Amino acid sequence: MRALRALVARDLALAARVGGSGALSLVFFLMIVALVPFALGPDLNLLSRIGPAILWLAAVLSTLIGLDRLFQADEEDGSLDLMSGSPAPLEGVVLAKVLAHWLTTGLPLALASPLFGLLVALDGRAMAATALTLLVGTPALTFVGAVGAALTASIRRGGLILAVVVLPLMIPTLIFGVSASEAALGGTIPFTTPLAILCALSLIAGVIGTLAAAAALRWSE
Amino acid sequence: MRLTAQDLAVRRSGRRIFSGLSFALGPGEALMVTGRNGAGKSTLLAVLAGRLKPEAGTVTASGIGEATLSECLHVVGHRDGLKSPLTAEENLAFARDLLGAPTASPRAALEELGLGHALRLPVAYLSAGQRRRVALARLLVCRRPLWLLDEPTAALDTASQAVLAGMMARHRAEGGLVIAATHQALGLEDAQELRIEAPREAGAAPAQKASADEVWW
Repeated sequence: MRALRALVARDLALAARVGGSGALSLVFFLMIVALVPFALGPDLNLLSRIGPAILWLAAVLSTLIGLDRLFQADEEDGSLDLMSGSPAPLEGVVLAKVLAHWLTTGLPLALASPLFGLLVALDGRAMAATALTLLVGTPALTFVGAVGAALTASIRRGGLILAVVVLPLMIPTLIFGVSASEAALGGTIPFTTPLAILCALSLIAGVIGTLAAAAALRWSE
Repeated sequence: MRLTAQDLAVRRSGRRIFSGLSFALGPGEALMVTGRNGAGKSTLLAVLAGRLKPEAGTVTASGIGEATLSECLHVVGHRDGLKSPLTAEENLAFARDLLGAPTASPRAALEELGLGHALRLPVAYLSAGQRRRVALARLLVCRRPLWLLDEPTAALDTASQAVLAGMMARHRAEGGLVIAATHQALGLEDAQELRIEAPREAGAAPAQKASADEVWW
């Protein structure tokens, strides 16, 4: 437990230092969301109708920022060898690293999304709903991404391969994330049904993603 | 602890690196692995550390209780496992928390290696030799019976080489094991030497054993 706490603390410190990707994914998120009104024009009804979808799409893309370095950076400088010599199991190491990554990308993204909702003319109710779905849905994105990051850890320029491998697997999360946000705005399905499925997806991704990423790291050795 | 390797053979990407390597180390003993560049010294250390699977042969350790071999060893190699943005102290404190069984504070370990002034400097600011000394300080912050050192004196000045020799002598006096891949004398007294030779082509010399020569002094 002490080892894993130290690992989370180290990764958070690294994200905050020079060259860390902490704030970068948030800025990237803002960029995508800000570009959409320019592309579609100032049609407020259209923007507020597709707003949750835009926020979710931007969230999926900005999750990829920094994901390729999740294990690769540790693989290159030998830290991963250090971690495999730790008494903590490799699954625990993966879980700690993913948690630190989510705390620096997914969580700030969910917290900042109401602000960015202004750019796509969301009303208060839709903003809250989208922020909530992002909060429970982004862990699934990070865990799925971690599997791809572990698979491409020893490939030098694996960032693009990572995106190609990982994006299709993020589709279910995207579907239920957007449909939960839209259910909050009205419609025939109650808000909680897609939200519950989204929570389930995050939990499933948490279990399978941790085991699969640890297996991928062992296999690549 | 006691470490025994029996008939180790390793193949990487289809190429035979070495085969038929055997050695046995008891408490307080040291092994110098020598051989020309590319002979497989680092590969042998990677196998012992558990990062590579040998094609044949076994590595067994006894006297370590329920711990696995990879939980009983320190590795200091070319990839030093240090994070450049973090300070030397943060790097060592992380290694100590990660590996467990702490013995010395990062400050004491760095001072022993003559780097007390670099405690709060980011590792990125340090020279190659100073980085290597920070990596070597990891040997002191937590206790592990087996040290795997891959060319530990690379980039070290003479004074630091003497400090390292002293560290290894003390570790062995406490019953620890040292395995070092090296081209230079490390100041390891009465160490066994294991020389890795390039394997002969099996087709070229069918009469000879297609295995690496192993010479004991």
